[in-house]
Amino acid sequence: MSSTFDQIANIIAETCDIPRDTIKPESHAIDDLGIDSLDFLDIAFAIDKAFGIKMPLEKWTQEVNDGKATTEQYFVLKNLADRIDELVAAKNAGTGA
Amino acid sequence: MDLDYFQLIDRIVDLNLGERTIVVEAQVPEKHTIFEGHFPGFPIMPGVLLTEAMAQSSGWLLLGVLKFERMPFLAIVKEAKMRGFVSPGQLLTIEAKVEHEGSGFAVTKAKGRIGKELKCSAEITFGLTPFPDPAFRVHMDAMAEKIGFPMQVLKHD
Repeated sequence: MSSTFDQIANIIAETCDIPRDTIKPESHAIDDLGIDSLDFLDIAFAIDKAFGIKMPLEKWTQEVNDGKATTEQYFVLKNLADRIDELVAAKNAGTGA
Repeated sequence: MDLDYFQLIDRIVDLNLGERTIVVEAQVPEKHTIFEGHFPGFPIMPGVLLTEAMAQSSGWLLLGVLKFERMPFLAIVKEAKMRGFVSPGQLLTIEAKVEHEGSGFAVTKAKGRIGKELKCSAEITFGLTPFPDPAFRVHMDAMAEKIGFPMQVLKHD
């Protein structure tokens, strides 16, 4: 079974037509890969579907806007993979987070 | 269908918030300048208008799901397929369902039919934002009443 990062990278490559080999765990979705908000919406749909979760994009955006979090925490892909793993674990634990 | 005002939906036939589906009707007018150019001697509904009609149908469904607390704005149209001609005077029936409700966005699938014949379909993504202007919300309330939006279903969901 492929890692969460690999699944995300494959989704990004397919959705945004970005060569897969340029997408690294350290890549920042916005700053490095140039993904805009509309493309990210498409990616979020694909990730939600693939993992059976609902990524709290609005909450994350609010945290960044309020200075409580950095974009790196959510949009550097290895960190995004960690956030997704947390959401999947929460779902499986039945907490619905 | 009021093409001049881009109000393409005439009537909500069914809204099921439990199933997250809607069925609407849109009467294509017999005459309009659009048909004089699209096309001379062979008037048909432009595909962009069929797509817009599917988007508006989905929009009313999402307004119901969101209890009119947010407005869905068209963001992405995928797999839009024009499967057959729609002519002046025909009654278009559009059904839509929520495919996914994400954080700040929603995805629907919509299909348009004339009678039983499938004429168009699409997967449509909307950004969901608070109403940008109170007057806009008032306008949507008036439109909802005009097309028979069943406001009572919001109270029972």
